[in-house]
Amino acid sequence: MQEFEVPRHPSQTVLDVVTHIQRHLDPTLAYRFACRVGMCGSCAMTVNGVPRWTCRTHVDKVIRNDRMEISPLKNLPVIRDLVTDMREFFDKWHRAKGEFNGAKSRQDDFENVVPQSENRKMVDAGIECIGCGVCYAACDVVAWNPDYLGPAALNRAWTLVKDVRDEKTLERLRAVAGDAGCHSCHTHMSCTERCPKHISPTAGIAGLKRETLKALF
Amino acid sequence: MLLWAAQRVSAMVLALCVAVHLVTIVYATQGGLSAAEILGRTRGNAAWLAFYSVFVLAVAIHAPIGLRAVLGEWLGWRGWGREVLLVLFSIFLFATGMRAVLAVFR
Repeated sequence: MQEFEVPRHPSQTVLDVVTHIQRHLDPTLAYRFACRVGMCGSCAMTVNGVPRWTCRTHVDKVIRNDRMEISPLKNLPVIRDLVTDMREFFDKWHRAKGEFNGAKSRQDDFENVVPQSENRKMVDAGIECIGCGVCYAACDVVAWNPDYLGPAALNRAWTLVKDVRDEKTLERLRAVAGDAGCHSCHTHMSCTERCPKHISPTAGIAGLKRETLKALF
Repeated sequence: MLLWAAQRVSAMVLALCVAVHLVTIVYATQGGLSAAEILGRTRGNAAWLAFYSVFVLAVAIHAPIGLRAVLGEWLGWRGWGREVLLVLFSIFLFATGMRAVLAVFR
């Protein structure tokens, strides 16, 4: 843990603080960011113990007694300083069969998906995930069980299970069942509490539990 | 998956059984029933035998599955040794539970 004194500015974000440190106080500081406007999801860090997008977190909101503790995201190996290795996080999307598998080719006509249909509404509720890893860092089950696929991968699987165009539902349900999958979720809802996109992976995981049960019959 | 389903179903059974069990205890003691009077009602009563047999079975299913998660998540114990211990624990719960049930039936 290193300490730095950083000048305060109006509307200052946590990312501004980190950037100030890197530019003026310690040029060796490693951190990751890209868009700075809450679109890319690469600047997530732990701020005062809570995983957040640093670019969308105002210092005013999180500072306590003029002090702030910034550390890398939890539940991921640290490469250096504030940079985590997210390979395992994305490998789990793959393990959860997070790839879309449609049956149609570009020669076929478009599938008619009604936006108001129940299935599509459920997909829409989870589709805006940008893979920032905040939910994964917030999840207690990931901390306790390193094999657990985590909220983001399971949310991705859920949006595909509910996608009428996808053909691999049964395989996907098999991939997300069991000790490493949705059945290990304790519904603590930390992912839902922390998701900057206000997605509820908990709801998707509960849906996967229902669908796996239905698939038995 | 099946363990998860078994735990949810056994939890539903337990919710009902525990409620009936607690109400019965309170009713029996408030009413001033003696041990002999209670035994007089449970002995040979097939309904109580069936009810408490289901209760014991639900416990023997539910508790080891919950303990399995506790052992895995808190102690990091996930090997086959855990499963063997839990099967033995389940048998222990069922055996001691049924012993008590049969003791007030016979």
